[in-house]
Amino acid sequence: MSVPENFRYTSDHEWVLLEGEVATVGITDHAQEELTDIVFVELPEVGRECETEEAIAVVESVKAASDIFAPVAGEIVQANEDLSADPALVNTDPHAKGWIFKIKVSDPAEVAALMDAAAYSEFIGA
Amino acid sequence: MTHFASCMKMSTEKIQQTPLVDLHVELGAKMIPFAGWNMPVQYTSIMDEHSAVRQAVGIFDISHMGQFFLSGAGAEEWLNSILANDVKKLAVGEAQYTFMLNERGGVIDDLIIYRFGEDQIFLVVNASMIDVDFASFNKHLVDGLTLTNESDAWAGMAVQGPDAVDCYAKLFPDRVLPKRNGIDTWEENGEKCIVCRTGYTGEDGFEFFSSAESGSTWFKKFVDAGAKPCGLGARDTLRLEVCYPLNGSDLSPERTPLQAGLGFFCALDTDFIGAEVLRKQKDEGLVERLVAIKYTGKGPPPRAHYSVFSKEAEQLGELSSGAMSPSLKEGIAMTYLPVESAKIGTLVDIDVRGRRYEAKVVKKPFFKKN
Repeated sequence: MSVPENFRYTSDHEWVLLEGEVATVGITDHAQEELTDIVFVELPEVGRECETEEAIAVVESVKAASDIFAPVAGEIVQANEDLSADPALVNTDPHAKGWIFKIKVSDPAEVAALMDAAAYSEFIGA
Repeated sequence: MTHFASCMKMSTEKIQQTPLVDLHVELGAKMIPFAGWNMPVQYTSIMDEHSAVRQAVGIFDISHMGQFFLSGAGAEEWLNSILANDVKKLAVGEAQYTFMLNERGGVIDDLIIYRFGEDQIFLVVNASMIDVDFASFNKHLVDGLTLTNESDAWAGMAVQGPDAVDCYAKLFPDRVLPKRNGIDTWEENGEKCIVCRTGYTGEDGFEFFSSAESGSTWFKKFVDAGAKPCGLGARDTLRLEVCYPLNGSDLSPERTPLQAGLGFFCALDTDFIGAEVLRKQKDEGLVERLVAIKYTGKGPPPRAHYSVFSKEAEQLGELSSGAMSPSLKEGIAMTYLPVESAKIGTLVDIDVRGRRYEAKVVKKPFFKKN
């Protein structure tokens, strides 16, 4: 179970990596392991604004469709088009190639307020 | 994120355990409630389990299903007055797919009956319908016939795939698996076993029934002989690929087997509950039919209850079943469409979360073994 030190985490199992004003977001190793077999990712529209905890994307496994929530408020600036051709990247490389979208954060302090790696590890009982 | 949101229902119904539940947990299964039972939805991955059944051999716990035994003089005639298919055509040692219909010709349950003897029939019914089926049968039962519900006494497992026969031979080197649709039964060391060469996956294989107490032992033996544990997730994708209907979605009390394309299993020249309605429907022509549809391009997995629209944006109905086919890597689904829209090649749109994805009516089944 991988829980990268430099990420922040939400209780909905999204990871967040803030670089300057832009945060990259994906789902955690724990989450992809629970879902298995991801067959489709519905990406958020680039340019759209989002609120904290707003459902903005969908990750579909064989058995269920799961909402992805915006971890912080901001504007979607990029979505990972590679996931259209290869949604399984979310399973095979959830913390890197399986990233889902990038968001220009309205307030960087929101990211800092999220769980750190230690807190998330405890949260998932790792 | 909601995990397995679409298949877990908040329910006040009591959850029953099959005799194999401890073994499933030991084997690492993800358990979910299904039809009032705590069942494995997958052990490793639905895709891997699906592939194992198509290419090698997989094993499913089917202990939750119901087992009834009917005996007595006149069993055949009586059963023919209740079930849609013709029991006269069922030879000793064989299986028959049939329906219990309501007065409107709608499906209460689909089931398989097996003939042990002239007046001895073994019936396997859907887990969700055990009590309803038993009550329905009992309502019509006549003197001289005995019908027992032995569902709790039996464990069941389905071993399916091209290597299923080899798997059987490993456990029973001195026994011959019955031919397709055949049934065999024996008693050894005081224990009764039943094996039927039937299944719900479109592959060769068999269904094995033992006492509830020894179910786990048998399941483990089949696993040790090479059968990969498979859950309900793979069971659904496998049956959908070959267009086998699921009671409660593709079959319901509101629609007849004729509308589902299963008239072959209804002996319309005999009299059974609902026969009149079916005969009338056949004479007048069907108004709607269950069809197979497939995405023409990429899209999210089709799922039951997604709306279906004509190309002119008129709602035609909703999906009764749907999935991303692991074998074909395409979205596949079944839906009832008005006959005018049911021709092979007709284009429709499936609505997924507000976006429309095009699909085409295709011939059944989606997947065929060469």
